[in-house]
Parts: sequence; C-alpha cells; structure tokens
Amino acid sequence: MEDKISNINDKLIIAGRSFQSRLLIGTGKYNDFKETRAAIDSSDAQIVTVAIRRINLGQSPNEPSLLEFLPTNKFTYLPNTAGCYSSDDAIRTLRLARELLDGHNLVKLEVLGDPDTLFPNVVETINAAKILVKDGFDVMVYTSDDPIIAKQLEDIGCCAIMPLASLIGSGMGILNPWNLEIIIDKANVPVIVDAGVGTASDATIAMELGCDGVLMNTAIALAKNPILMASAMKKAIESGREAFIAGRMDKKLYSASPSSPIKGLIK
Amino acid sequence: MKININGSTKEFGGEKITAEELINQLNLNGKRFAIEKNGEIISKNYFRDIYFNDGDKIEIIGAVGGG
Repeated sequence: MEDKISNINDKLIIAGRSFQSRLLIGTGKYNDFKETRAAIDSSDAQIVTVAIRRINLGQSPNEPSLLEFLPTNKFTYLPNTAGCYSSDDAIRTLRLARELLDGHNLVKLEVLGDPDTLFPNVVETINAAKILVKDGFDVMVYTSDDPIIAKQLEDIGCCAIMPLASLIGSGMGILNPWNLEIIIDKANVPVIVDAGVGTASDATIAMELGCDGVLMNTAIALAKNPILMASAMKKAIESGREAFIAGRMDKKLYSASPSSPIKGLIK
Repeated sequence: MKININGSTKEFGGEKITAEELINQLNLNGKRFAIEKNGEIISKNYFRDIYFNDGDKIEIIGAVGGG
C-alpha cells in the first residue's frame, strides 16, 4: 500500500475549503428544526446536507425555514440530489440549488438506480458528474464501493468520493472494509463514507480505515436521543482518526505476546 | 390566465405577470427560493423583467431537511 503521511492536525480540505470537523451531517428525519440544530451543534459538524424541493405555497408567511435555523454563514451547505434517478434531474436540481444559495457551488451528487435499495446508478452518476464539473460545480459524489468507478469519478474532477458503507438509512455499518481500503489507497481526493453508519463504532471503523470523513443522517436523527448520538459520533470520528494516524499494531494470529515482563517472576 | 406552479394550476388576472408580482401574490417576499420557468432558471436579478404568460410551467424551490 502506498504510504500517505497524515498528521493529527490536518484539516479536511475539500475543493480548497478547509474544515476542522470530519463529520458531515444530513438534516432529514428530525422531529423539527430545533432538534436538527441542537444535534448539529452537539456534533460540531460544519458541513450539512440539504434537499432541494418545491416550496409549500400554502405555508403561512411566518413559518420558519431550515435556512433560518442553519444560517448559511455559519454552516457549509451541501445541497443534494436525493430522489433523482437520471443525470438530467440531478443536474437540474443542482443548478436550482446554486441559484437558491447565491452561487454556492459545493454540492452532493447522487443519482439513484432503484427505489428499494437506493443503490446509485453509477452510469448516470458519471454522466452527471462530467457535466457538473464542466459547469463549475465542486462535486462531492455518492457512489458504490467499486474502486474502478471511484477512480473514474476522481478523474472526471469530482472533489470528494463518497462511497456507501451499506444502504442509505439501513444502519448496517461498514459491510466491505476491503473495498473501502482500496478506494482510499488509490484516491487523491478526500474519501468520505456516505450512508450505512448505524452507531458510533461504525464511524470509528470508517475513520480507522483511513477515510477522510463520514457523512451520516439517519444514525443520528433516528437515535432515541439524537443530540447525545451526535456527540457520540463526534467522538467516534475523532477517535477513529487518531487511531488511524497513530497506526495500529500488527495482528498476530496464534502468536500471543505478554504485556508484562517474563523476567523476575516470583517462584 | 392560468400558470402551473409546482404542479398546481393557478388563475391570475391579466395576460401576463412579472416574476416580482407573482412572488408578491404568493407571499414569498423575504423568503429564500429559486424559480424555474419552463425548465430555465430565472436569475433573481431579472425578477422585474421576466414575464409569465398563460400556460407557463413554473417551479419554485427551496432547501429542506435531507441527507
């Protein structure tokens, strides 16, 4: 494996933007905006994903909006293309998002292939990525854990590769650490596990593998206590990052090694 | 004049309406949103200059919670 020297003080750099936190948080499925904000504050996350949808024209003029609870000058927005099943729909959504957010061009591209599994359609994803990169977007891309596709997306110019750990919203954890390791080893842009984390240890495993960050939503939003889980995730990410940089000991199957001296035993 | 907004048909007086007038009528002043007319994004800078006519298909979008 190629050695990449990492330092504990390294910041997460995505398309020239620098972040202290390596935890990225989705804003869906919370009970209300107040809880969303409290969980994000508890996690210290700086990047938040949002969906782009038709506004409710019937709403009362004073009804609060997500943007009021998560000010764009305090958080880095990552508009997504959740629910898009074609490259055309994804591109259209992100162009609208850019207009909505006054030219903000950092986006999360995801093109889905199947409503039951929400597996990405990588062909449509690649098509959309090519057009979006050419159009000036900084594209963080959700993809399968296929190392060849991950490399192709990097070569197109995506600024972060975001492979799934398991299905979106499944909480099944890191199902294929080997593929993730290959992707991380080959990548020259940040690799961020996106989807599948269920609890804090999953996030730690992702970071121990050498991921640059983890993006999660359901694991926090659907925890019994989302605010406490958000805090647990912050620590899990930091812990996994430290363990990765510290470098774990080698595994020794059938070769026990005592931690206490063999010499000087009382006889 | 009928304009389709976010999938629903709405009736307006007159033969055309500017984007700015439409925003006023929909009580969207001060809100953050983006508008698409017949598949093309309308820049905020042109809300006074862009007219909507009978049969136009308008999308008005915002940011919501999502992962």
